[in-house]
Order: sequence, then C-alpha cells, then structure tokens
Amino acid sequence: MTIAVAAVRTKNLFEAAMLFGIFSLVSASFFVVLDAVDVAMTEAAVGAGVSTILMLSTLAVTGFKVRPRPVQRDILGIGVSVLLGGALVYGTLDMPRIGDPTAPVQTHPIAEHYIDVSPTETGIPNMVTPLLASYRGYDTFGETAVVFTAGIGVLALIGRRRRRDGTPVESCEGTDAMGDRHRVLRVVGKQVIPAILLYACYIQAHGDFGPGGGFQAGVVFASGLMLYMLLVGIDEAERVIKPKVLERLIALGLLLYGGTGLLNIIQGGAFLDYRTMAHDAVHGLHYGILAVELGVGITVTAVITTIIFTFAGHMRSRQKALPGEANAAADGGAS
Amino acid sequence: MDYLGLFNYWVFIVLMMCGFYMLLSARNLVKKVIGLNLFQTSVFVFYISTGKVDGGAVPIATDGVDVYSNPLPHVLILTAIVVGVASTALGLALILRIKDEYGSIEEDEVDLQDALS
Repeated sequence: MTIAVAAVRTKNLFEAAMLFGIFSLVSASFFVVLDAVDVAMTEAAVGAGVSTILMLSTLAVTGFKVRPRPVQRDILGIGVSVLLGGALVYGTLDMPRIGDPTAPVQTHPIAEHYIDVSPTETGIPNMVTPLLASYRGYDTFGETAVVFTAGIGVLALIGRRRRRDGTPVESCEGTDAMGDRHRVLRVVGKQVIPAILLYACYIQAHGDFGPGGGFQAGVVFASGLMLYMLLVGIDEAERVIKPKVLERLIALGLLLYGGTGLLNIIQGGAFLDYRTMAHDAVHGLHYGILAVELGVGITVTAVITTIIFTFAGHMRSRQKALPGEANAAADGGAS
Repeated sequence: MDYLGLFNYWVFIVLMMCGFYMLLSARNLVKKVIGLNLFQTSVFVFYISTGKVDGGAVPIATDGVDVYSNPLPHVLILTAIVVGVASTALGLALILRIKDEYGSIEEDEVDLQDALS
C-alpha cells in the first residue's frame, strides 16, 4: 500500500514504473498466500516482468519526467475517489469475512461442482486447467481473441511502418556497448534463459497436474525471450526470432484453438466439446485441453514477444534522439 | 461484528482508489496507465481473496485434502491478467503514437495543440 501511495506521489515516471513492478511482485506473493498459484505465476511474469519493461521502453521514448507544474490538488479527483471509496467500504459491511467457508462464492452449486466433480469427471487433478479450457472454454477463446486483437493493434500502431517506407533499419549501434559494460550480467543471463524456456515448456505440458497451462507458459516463455532481447539487443534477437514467424504464430495459436472447436463439430459434437475427439470421453477431453492450451500458449507467447519487440524496435528508431535515456531503460530493466 | 475479516477489503479499496485518483488527476498519460494498472491489480487481488477458504488448499486434487479454495476466481483472473497486459501494451502504443504526433504526452498540452489547430 505504501508502494502504491509512493507511486501516486512521485513525479519521476521511472520511479513510478519500477514501483509498479514491485507492487505487482508483492501482489503475486499475496496470491500464493491466497492459494492461487496459477495466478501468482502469471502475475509475477506479467506484472513484474513484461509490463514494467513495456513501461520503461515507452518512457525511453517519451522521457522520464512529468512536466513540472504548480502544485495543485485536484479537489474533484480527491472528492470522487473518497466518495466512491466510502461507498465501497459501506458495501463491504455486508460482505462475508475473508476465508468464510459459508460465503456465497463457496456454497454456490457451481463451485461445488468444479471442486468435487471436476477431478473425477475429467481425470485432471488441477481444477484450474479443465475449468479454463473446458468448462469455460468459450470464455477463454474470447480472451485469447482479445489478446490476439491487442497484438494486432500494437503492430498496427507502432509496427514496422518505417521499414515499409524504405528507411533503412539502423544497425546494432549501442547494443554491443551494453555487452561490454555488463559482461557478467550477459553471461549469467544467457545461462538462465534455457532454464526459463524449459520451465515454460514444462508448465505448458504439465498444466493438467501441477500449476500451469497455456497462459502461464506463454508469459514465462515470452519473458525468457524478453530477457534474451535485453541482453543481446533487439537486432540480434530479431535475427534469431524472426518477427514474421512470430506474426504467423499469433494467428496459428488462435486457429489451433478455433480449429479444435471446429473439429469437434465435424466429429458430431458441439463447438469445443472435446469428448468427441477420442473413443473415450475422458481421453478426448485430455487431448482437447492439451490442444487448446497449446493454442493459448502459442498465441500468448507470440503476442507478448511481438509487443515487446515492437516497442524495442520503436525505441531503437528513436535512439538517435534520446541515446542516454534509451540505454538507461535497458539497464534499469535488466538489473 | 468482526471487522477484522473485512480489513482486507478495505486495503483493496484504498489501493483501488489510489489508482482511480491517479487515473483522474494525472495529466501525464503514462501515469494514467500506471494508475489504471494499479486499479486493475487491486481488483485482481480482491477477486482472488473471495475464493480463499480458511484452511483450504491449493485447488489441485490430492489425496487426503478435503477443503480447496475456489478455483473459479483463479481462472477468471488468470485470463484477466494476460488480457490486462495486452491492453496496457495497446495503451502504451497509443501513447507512443501521440508522442510522435504531438511531441508531448501531457494531456493539457495535447489538448492545447488540438484547440490551436
């Protein structure tokens, strides 16, 4: 909470972005306390990793300082916030206490179904996974589509527009300098990356039994690639991971998800009714969930990596204008 | 009445209002996005906390465990986090474009330029 207040008060945007990263990490550990391990994994990778880097790379272009202005309290803003906060506090007076087993959330029949029936019905111990991919499969399909759309949107806004203009892409100036200054960081980082990527594959494939699944694996994989990009520079990273391939993968993941649904229809079931996929309903369910999770994983990885690369590419195209600040952002993110 | 059990909700509300205030009052667009994220994360924490059961275990079926926390909020928030980061990225991309066009990311300066043109 202190962190949040500090983030509101600070005039330095760099501090605000870093404080927000810390806030995310703290809330991720809070999720672990509240038994939500899948969520904690995602929040740690997304909040503390990806979104902080995104903010920093935006700031590298826009500058780190809020324009100084005469100190003025936004009375209306404070008033509305306090009023809304007061109303919400009043609302909580009727809410069940935290951890109350008789709360409506816990006693609703659907919660009981998910907890008691789903492990035996699907044969998958991790209740989050079948809930995500099967019981709420349409919802997840929609969410994946939203992620897909956001990726396309970022590409459309700040994508590789410059290259199509015929302006040559600037070469790797500044990236090698980073390697010289941070050799330890670079060597250690390169050793860590395979472990991160392997771990991502593990949580992708093992999501049925332990915490994990497509979304988690996607963000962890993307943060591994992001670390690589930070270490070797965007040009080198784009040589290894072709942006064109990533763009294809964005669509491929969503197609895999939708295609699984269509396959179910062809086989005589409803859309995303995986039970038709094998002779045995439970096996079909397993295949379906694996395919769908893979689709989600591919899309999420590709979208987040594309977004990061696009931001980095945009930053590079501006590096001439603001060389010091761009490097500062890369340093801040990596350390 | 047991107010201690409600205390966590109040913390989320204060956090949420911090984010909300930041969203309303900040003139800098990046700060607005950070405020929005703060708001969003506190809603996530709120959701997850409703799924918690006293003495409940992580919702992965194991022998000998009877009480699990509710997996439904976990699923909702899991997808929401990833969608959240994607929309944040979209917002930041818009800010970069605004910076390209106007040369500033201060709301009032952008408005002024719009008024002048």
